[in-house]
Amino acid sequence: METFDSYALFLLIVLPLIGAGILLIVPAHRSKDVRWVSTITSLVVMFLSFYVFLLYDHAEGGYQFLRAWEWLEIPGPWPFAERGITLSLGVDGISAMMVLLTGIVMFTGTLISWSISDRNKDFFILYFLLLSGVFGVFVSLDLFFLFFFYELAVLPMYPLIGVWGSSSTFKTFIRTKEYGAMKLMLFLVAGSVLIWIALLAIFVEASAGTFDLQVLEQVEYSLGFQRMVFPLLMVGFGVLAGMWPFHTWSPDGHVAAPSAVSMVHAGVLMKLGAYGILRVGMTVLPEGAQDWMPVLVVLGAINVIYGAISAMGQRDLKYVIGYSSVSHMGYVIMGLATLHHLGVSGAVMQMFSHGVMTALFFAVVGGIYDRTHTRDIGVLEGMAKRMGTTAWLFAVAGLASLGLPGLSGFVAELLVFLGLFQTYPILGALGVVGAAITAVYILRLIAKVFFGELAEQWRDQTDISRREVGASVILAGFILLMGVFPFPFLRIIDGNVADLLTRVAGAG
Amino acid sequence: MGNDFTLLLPEAFVTVLAVVVLVADFFAPSERKHWLGYASALGLISILAFTLIFLWGKDTVLYDGVIRIDNYALFFKGFFLVLGAVAILSSVEYVRRRLDHPGEYYGILLFTVVAAMFLASSGELLTAYISLELLSFSLYVLVAFDRYNERSNEAGTKYILLGALSSAFLLFGISQVFGHLGTTTFEGMSQALASIGTLSPGLLVGIVLIIAGMGFKVAAVPFHMWAPDVYEGAPTPITAYLAVGSKAAAFVLIMRLFGEGFLPSATEWQLIIVAIAVVTMVVGNLLAIAQSNIKRLLAYSSIGHAGYMLMGVAALAAFGSGGELSLDRSHLATNAIMLHIVAYGVTNMAAFLVVSTVSNSVGSESVSAFAGLGKRAPGLAMVMAVSLFSLAGLPIFAGFTSKFYLFTATAAQGLLWLAGLAILMSLVSLYYYLMVIRQIYIEKADDRSPVGAPRLTFGVLGVLFLGMIVVGVYPALFMDFIQSASDALFASEFALSIR
Repeated sequence: METFDSYALFLLIVLPLIGAGILLIVPAHRSKDVRWVSTITSLVVMFLSFYVFLLYDHAEGGYQFLRAWEWLEIPGPWPFAERGITLSLGVDGISAMMVLLTGIVMFTGTLISWSISDRNKDFFILYFLLLSGVFGVFVSLDLFFLFFFYELAVLPMYPLIGVWGSSSTFKTFIRTKEYGAMKLMLFLVAGSVLIWIALLAIFVEASAGTFDLQVLEQVEYSLGFQRMVFPLLMVGFGVLAGMWPFHTWSPDGHVAAPSAVSMVHAGVLMKLGAYGILRVGMTVLPEGAQDWMPVLVVLGAINVIYGAISAMGQRDLKYVIGYSSVSHMGYVIMGLATLHHLGVSGAVMQMFSHGVMTALFFAVVGGIYDRTHTRDIGVLEGMAKRMGTTAWLFAVAGLASLGLPGLSGFVAELLVFLGLFQTYPILGALGVVGAAITAVYILRLIAKVFFGELAEQWRDQTDISRREVGASVILAGFILLMGVFPFPFLRIIDGNVADLLTRVAGAG
Repeated sequence: MGNDFTLLLPEAFVTVLAVVVLVADFFAPSERKHWLGYASALGLISILAFTLIFLWGKDTVLYDGVIRIDNYALFFKGFFLVLGAVAILSSVEYVRRRLDHPGEYYGILLFTVVAAMFLASSGELLTAYISLELLSFSLYVLVAFDRYNERSNEAGTKYILLGALSSAFLLFGISQVFGHLGTTTFEGMSQALASIGTLSPGLLVGIVLIIAGMGFKVAAVPFHMWAPDVYEGAPTPITAYLAVGSKAAAFVLIMRLFGEGFLPSATEWQLIIVAIAVVTMVVGNLLAIAQSNIKRLLAYSSIGHAGYMLMGVAALAAFGSGGELSLDRSHLATNAIMLHIVAYGVTNMAAFLVVSTVSNSVGSESVSAFAGLGKRAPGLAMVMAVSLFSLAGLPIFAGFTSKFYLFTATAAQGLLWLAGLAILMSLVSLYYYLMVIRQIYIEKADDRSPVGAPRLTFGVLGVLFLGMIVVGVYPALFMDFIQSASDALFASEFALSIR
């Protein structure tokens, strides 16, 4: 097993690519074969992600499943020139959890995407490319490759949204899918411009001749440098995390995207941003992090309140979920910014919880949209009478989102709040207000869309298919599991969060 | 000292090949003439194999340093031989449709390869100049080859006039340099400059004029005016060759000049190159946004790329805390430029080949001609999209890796702000590349008929596609060769003395 373990992370990146490679050969008109190849690929990847998560030894801590391949030397007299750029892979508890999340969302997203009939071969190829990138970011311990995979995860979004997405019509204007795709792409790449500059600055400042994270961690950077470069990372990764005021791409992008892409995007991709702040920003530049955290926590608070209030005003189901994502990512940002053990643990838990929850939301909303061809809250009414299972599943996601005890959202948000009250009590109170607003719009939404009189036009509506139910139940299962039994999740990240915080505190 | 003339065999072979192809055209029956193209390409590939085996690791000079035989020259000879073969194979379709005498076309193209190979080998300014002129004259003819097309004629005229002007600049600059330093060999120039210290105004004028002359050749702003018109008017395969070959050739000389000849006075020219690089990448990328003709768009994008490469040239030298010249990390910069030339070459050849195929079939060169290409020709569409992503610098394609390397080199040499600007310009470029990708995949075409391409085109595109992926994913494959080329470049006495 030793040898297999050292390839496990590499396989996580490569298996989706192999899946995409097989799909390239399958003739486009055999869409059934395309679906099966995709499903089997993502099933295997999901089990592999379980494997990594379960076998991560939390007692030992640190980076595990380590493996490095030399990729390119960086010539010059550097102390670590021979390390140069290495494909250096490894996970700690936090990334193991993110790997698990990605595996789950990937598989369920594949199931949801069965309904795609137009060019589904191309869709799955791009979808797998996207996920290969996402896995790559979570398991890379070399900043070059982290960035490489980060960009790889952004690239397929444009065609995925532009081709398979949908436009939404408002009273006075139309938000086209082209608009959503272009906006998303330019925002994210603008963010990565800042990240790229920051990485080069770190590379030059460290003067070690390598992008290896474990080497760069050890370097002592001057305080002035840290203060200058941390905000680049914070904003650059923050764009992807949906941080206010750079969040505007996210609702538009999520709404325009097809269901599975929304699931991956809101569920996993936004986590890349938060993960980047944690893994690159806080780990490499701890003092800079300490100085900038008060700013970050305020931005996070704005996220929570602003996102929640915006979600209240939406008529489009997907926009509601889109803005609620902005709001929930606010908790992640605030949790990270507390630099308190409970808060940061809560942030990581929230990353996972929000990931499965939003994926469930988008899966269910996609199911509704496929059948009714509308997402207008004003038109959908009393759907529970015809779509009972859908209503149940939506309710699970909704209740998790407003933080009902027993579901994952409660655990995560509680930890974030506890951390906040220790550090920024006033903003903590604001966070609680945000949760209350969430309760208002989610409950109103459930009441309006699923209960009440069944409108005449939905008399013959059918429920979502067994395949979609299967996918949703997996997601709902994890929401429940984390809600009633958070211990295994907390245990796996505990040591790493403690290490990280010692690092940050020790630096100050 | 005795000269081993066999070291010039590769150039001699290509020359013979060119003459044979020219003459064979008279005798070949017209239905067999397309074989001339295959023969030329095959010839170049065999010469490539011979050259690599024969010249590998040879490090010597001919005629007291006029001709250099080293790995730097070898790297670029290899590059130009491959490029020539690709250019010829991409032209076969165009030649078959438009020309009666393919031999002329292929023959002249082969002469440009000879010229570029000599340029790579030249160890002094006049040899370099003559090689550059042979290259330029052949290209003047090729640009105007579409002789019944007004645009092609216009392009040819513009190219000749501005090319002649730039040659005048270059020649005047060379005469100034010779007048002050008393030598034209790069080795001699570096020694003379190292002993002078500060530059006299006359010498500075000479250097600036040479920079201006080379600026024309690489289409750097403010010497870029000719590029969009010429790129638009020239036959598309020639546009591709112009964008890649002539630019690469100019950079071969630029690197020799600034990495060896002018190296001691780096403090003086670095600022000029930085300034040119800045305006080049900003203007090229911003103007590309407004283009509706795909060839003009790629022309401006290639101006932007010239800016990135010039940035690498500016990063050739760094200065220590006391202002003293340091070559510790100069390898990084030259490696980066060479890697970027390879990446840019592969990518642009692919992009232009798709453009040429599509415009042949659709009859338009506007960006909107690509509407619905994703459905009409999935293979062509994929290669085009991949090339555009590669040009924009997104992984897993060649452009990302080479840009990352180049920007890292620039930052490592103390020009972090310049690398930052280049990264920002990459974002701008992504916007206009996405506009093309939007046409390909999202817009619907009025005409849904499939766009076909001959099998040869698909073969070439397949190879280029693989090239883009390989350079993007595993550049280490070329890195040893590139590294040895850089070593050869920094082997002058002056460079060795400060290392």
